Amino acid sequence: MTDPTRALRVGIEGVWFSLTHVPDLVRYGSKPVRELRARPALQAQLAKRLRGFAEAIAYAPHQVYIGNITPEKLGAIEKPWYARPIENATPEGRFGDVIEQDAFYTQLCSADRFDLVTVEEHWFHERAAGQANRRRVRLGSSAEIELRCAEGALPLISGERLIGAFEPGHEEDANLTAEVLLENLAAKATAAHSLRALLARVKLDSGEIDYVISCSEEAVGDRYNRGGGNLAKAIAEEAGCENASGSDIKAFCAGPMYAIVHGASLIQSGVARKVAVVAGGSLAKLGMKFESHLRNNMPVLEDVLGSFAVLLTPAKPAQPGIRLDSVAFHPVRAGSSPQVMAEVLAEKPLARLGMKLTDVDRYAVELHNPEITVPSGSGDVPRTNYLTLAALAVMRGLIHKNQMEDFVRARGMSGYAPTQGHIPSAIVYLGHALDELRSGKIRRALLMAKGSLFLGRMTQLSDGCSFLIDRHDV
Amino acid sequence: MQKGRKIIAIGERDGVPGPVIAECLEGAGYEVVFQVTECFV
Repeated sequence: MTDPTRALRVGIEGVWFSLTHVPDLVRYGSKPVRELRARPALQAQLAKRLRGFAEAIAYAPHQVYIGNITPEKLGAIEKPWYARPIENATPEGRFGDVIEQDAFYTQLCSADRFDLVTVEEHWFHERAAGQANRRRVRLGSSAEIELRCAEGALPLISGERLIGAFEPGHEEDANLTAEVLLENLAAKATAAHSLRALLARVKLDSGEIDYVISCSEEAVGDRYNRGGGNLAKAIAEEAGCENASGSDIKAFCAGPMYAIVHGASLIQSGVARKVAVVAGGSLAKLGMKFESHLRNNMPVLEDVLGSFAVLLTPAKPAQPGIRLDSVAFHPVRAGSSPQVMAEVLAEKPLARLGMKLTDVDRYAVELHNPEITVPSGSGDVPRTNYLTLAALAVMRGLIHKNQMEDFVRARGMSGYAPTQGHIPSAIVYLGHALDELRSGKIRRALLMAKGSLFLGRMTQLSDGCSFLIDRHDV
Repeated sequence: MQKGRKIIAIGERDGVPGPVIAECLEGAGYEVVFQVTECFV
């Protein structure tokens, strides 16, 4: 094994993981929009199965996401988790929070620099005025909101009530419709919230951030440059990072891992000293599997936008950090079978450092909440990935076949992330990873994420990125 | 035996990719008329 004290490391100063509970935006998810258009009667069924804020807070996977309970503890809770709320659950977590819809609408107003959002004045004074920040909010009467919606604005709903209108950014441009801009502004607002909360947690002045990298999945841009936009700098502005610039890194679900590697590389090279990697929530994925949830008489569980922020700094003694010498990318020439992915993203980079698969105490893979995916037939994604790693360990003679379940139990974890694409892909474990590294419960963890490049119809390739995290003094 | 039988192959991101299914089936004599890999999460 190479001397770990001489490893190439960049420090992880802190993380923040936020969930924004937006039940009344589920109707604007890609799947619900299509299905509700085809079968409007579904709307009533959907409305009955939406969760209230208290339910969303007490949902055990959400409490894991924000750091109040461990993935290990979640694994010990019998399913269905939605029927077993966590007692005395709070929206504030050890390294994250759950945000209510009204607060989100206010964040949306704050993030809006083009008067896209108008909110109903009585609702605002009743529910949101206390949450308003320094920026002005465009208010309107009920009649004005209704008129705007009749003229093409997207209705913003709170329960049964029309509380706002979201207008298109252009009359003709398909990339600036109200639907597209709502997705983009939601990503900006949620990412900025996570970044502000992280800076408050680590007590760092926002002016000290040098660079912000966004790995949000939205395509920001107009008809001449669809997806070309720099959401990172917009997020930096919204979070008050006046001295920062930024740029976006996209690689489907593997985007956050690449973003961390690029951010760490900026620090290692001396280009920047404090880099924030951020991601906002994916509104398009709300209610993606709502039909299977309705069929199974479950709550519609995809009712939250996930976001996160990670602060990278030069490594300090005893601080958990990323080992840049462990980074692995999935090359073009590699195949994309699960076994090849495990070889490329785990076995080979570990071998480079003189380690074996069994030298890693914890693996973070695609950590989708199985309670969301199993009813739709998509299976338990993390378990599938862990079994692939365990099978590779068997093939290499590191464990016996009958030890596969032990491998999965000891080095894996239950999935707990909402199906928000980039959010569940390994990165979501980072908060718990820092806890486990600081407490000495684990010595090192390998984060490995996959990206479905074929979805864009530009290549049949898959993709992936991985790295080890450990403590400077280990 | 399989010659001329038409196949649609749908692969999965965390399972077997579409091109792999297609290659195996073509090798067995099937005609793959469409193959795709999808991500279901």
